[in-house]
Amino acid sequence: MSTSSSNSRVPAIAAVAAGLVGLSLVLIFFVAPEDADQGISQKIFYFHVPIALTAYACFGWGALKALLYLWRREERYDLESYVGIHQGTIFGALTLVTGSIWARASWGVWWAWDSNQLVLFLVLFLFYSAYFMLRFSVEEGPRRANFCAVYALFGVALIPVSFLAIRLAEDFIHPTVFTRDGPQMSGTMFFTFCVAWAGMTALAYALYRVELVGKRLDANLRDLREALTT
Amino acid sequence: MSGYAADVAALARKDLKLELRARDTLPAMLLFVLSTLVVFHFALPEGSGDEAAYGLLWVAIVFTALLGLARAWVPEREHGVLDGLVLATSDRSAIWLGKAIATFAFLAAAELVALPAFALFFQPLDAAAIAGVALANVGICAVGTLLAAMAAASRTRELILPLLFLPLTIPLVVGGVGSSISAEAGDYLLFLALYDGVFAVLSWATFEYVVVE
Amino acid sequence: MIRAEGLEKRYGRKRVLRGVDLAVGRGELLLVTGPNGSGKTTLLRVCAGLALPSAGSLEVEVDRSRLGYLGHEALLYRELTALENLDLYGRLYRVPERRERIGMLLERFGLWDARGERVGSYSRGMTQRLALCRVLLHDPELVILDEPYTALDADAAELLDRELAGLVEGRAILVSTHDPARVEPLATGRLALA
Repeated sequence: MSTSSSNSRVPAIAAVAAGLVGLSLVLIFFVAPEDADQGISQKIFYFHVPIALTAYACFGWGALKALLYLWRREERYDLESYVGIHQGTIFGALTLVTGSIWARASWGVWWAWDSNQLVLFLVLFLFYSAYFMLRFSVEEGPRRANFCAVYALFGVALIPVSFLAIRLAEDFIHPTVFTRDGPQMSGTMFFTFCVAWAGMTALAYALYRVELVGKRLDANLRDLREALTT
Repeated sequence: MSGYAADVAALARKDLKLELRARDTLPAMLLFVLSTLVVFHFALPEGSGDEAAYGLLWVAIVFTALLGLARAWVPEREHGVLDGLVLATSDRSAIWLGKAIATFAFLAAAELVALPAFALFFQPLDAAAIAGVALANVGICAVGTLLAAMAAASRTRELILPLLFLPLTIPLVVGGVGSSISAEAGDYLLFLALYDGVFAVLSWATFEYVVVE
Repeated sequence: MIRAEGLEKRYGRKRVLRGVDLAVGRGELLLVTGPNGSGKTTLLRVCAGLALPSAGSLEVEVDRSRLGYLGHEALLYRELTALENLDLYGRLYRVPERRERIGMLLERFGLWDARGERVGSYSRGMTQRLALCRVLLHDPELVILDEPYTALDADAAELLDRELAGLVEGRAILVSTHDPARVEPLATGRLALA
């Protein structure tokens, strides 16, 4: 297992992530123009949307690894799927928090049911929280890996289906009182958005790699301990 | 009958036979759904609007289904029968399909009582609403049967099934309520069919991995 | 008919099987022995295809439908009768002349009179005998028996001795038991798990 070579890349990845995030912070607060209507609160958009997109990517990545596990049955895919979904859940929670802050700043309410994105993330957050409950209630082994992989695939199917459902529910759940235009982005704004997006993705990937290293270290330690005591 | 269909039929028939003999799950589901509807009468404040009741119907259906699903795999847990079925079937998804069909039958039986009761206590139900119930049943049974198999193998069994199941029912509730109250019921029915298609296929394809280590 | 090399099975961090080799051909009977917890049951489950090995190779030349497995559990529905249980398995295994074969097996194992009773009302010994019927129902070529003598009284045990002796011809058999002396005369090979 070539852990040593892949582990050595982690500091570099973390450095790149830190750099991108730093750059995006600079751009967000000092370079991007303020929005005429929303003022400074609009800046949250540069956090909220990239975080949301990154969460989707993490869930997708987790599902991909899950599929690979079911196909190839290599233990590492199970671990990678788990860590991917873990990161996705963290970023999902952040999406809810930033979304809530934005709603408060824009409309004075901490929660808005008509924000489709936010509601979708609430559903996904519930779903993926159950993923962890499932994982911790089954003995470690191939069965647990199977269950988690299947559940991860269900999750990724749920994303578009839920989105559609929430769209449809707009009809009768709540009247659309607040409108929020998708930002008409100027060139600088768009550039800032892209950098922020890249930064969040890099951050997620760095955290993913770091967590993997940690978990693999744990596993190796346990293997060693078992080998020494038998 | 083709081999696969014969397997599914034999398995579904077995479940119906078991329930007919034990008679514990279905009566419980019937009583539960009626009790829930009565509770809802008291839970709805004056002037809630007619349409609020439809939402509650769907809550009642989902939780009644949960009750049935929690018991779905109990016979297979005794004496490790599931291993026997896994060995005997050439396509393990037949186990899932047989069980899902039997669960659908029980849920439908409970609804044969619940829907008239709802119409009596609350609001009338039109053809679109009933079609919504039928379509949602398919989704509930397809996904629920697979999740129940996972829950049965976990340490926390009854605790974890609702956690796994409820988020996946949210689109179904949207579809169901929509088909009951919306002028464009057709859209919602189509959506329910889409959910059924996606998740039935997914459940069918992945069940093998749930029962083999 | 069944060949394994370097078979390993891990449940999480626990290694239950380490580097097991075996080969059983037609007309051979492998006796698997070992203390409790040595992995006999796990090995047989892996051979039956109920669990996938974590490492090593396993080749089974027969199709799952030609495999008979007797585990620690009876694999029978408590609330169904013996007839109903065997009928279900008979259908799933596509046993030809199902009814006749079921009748014959029930007779042979002394369960004909109790055929219409719920398995839940059976004694432990009767359940074990019915489980043996289930194993042999579809005339398997590869027979895997995990402690088949459990709960059998002297008569039933002798019956099983005779069955095994007759079965070996043309079939591959794996048997694990706490009482190796009983099966020893029939065994063509022995595997001791640590």
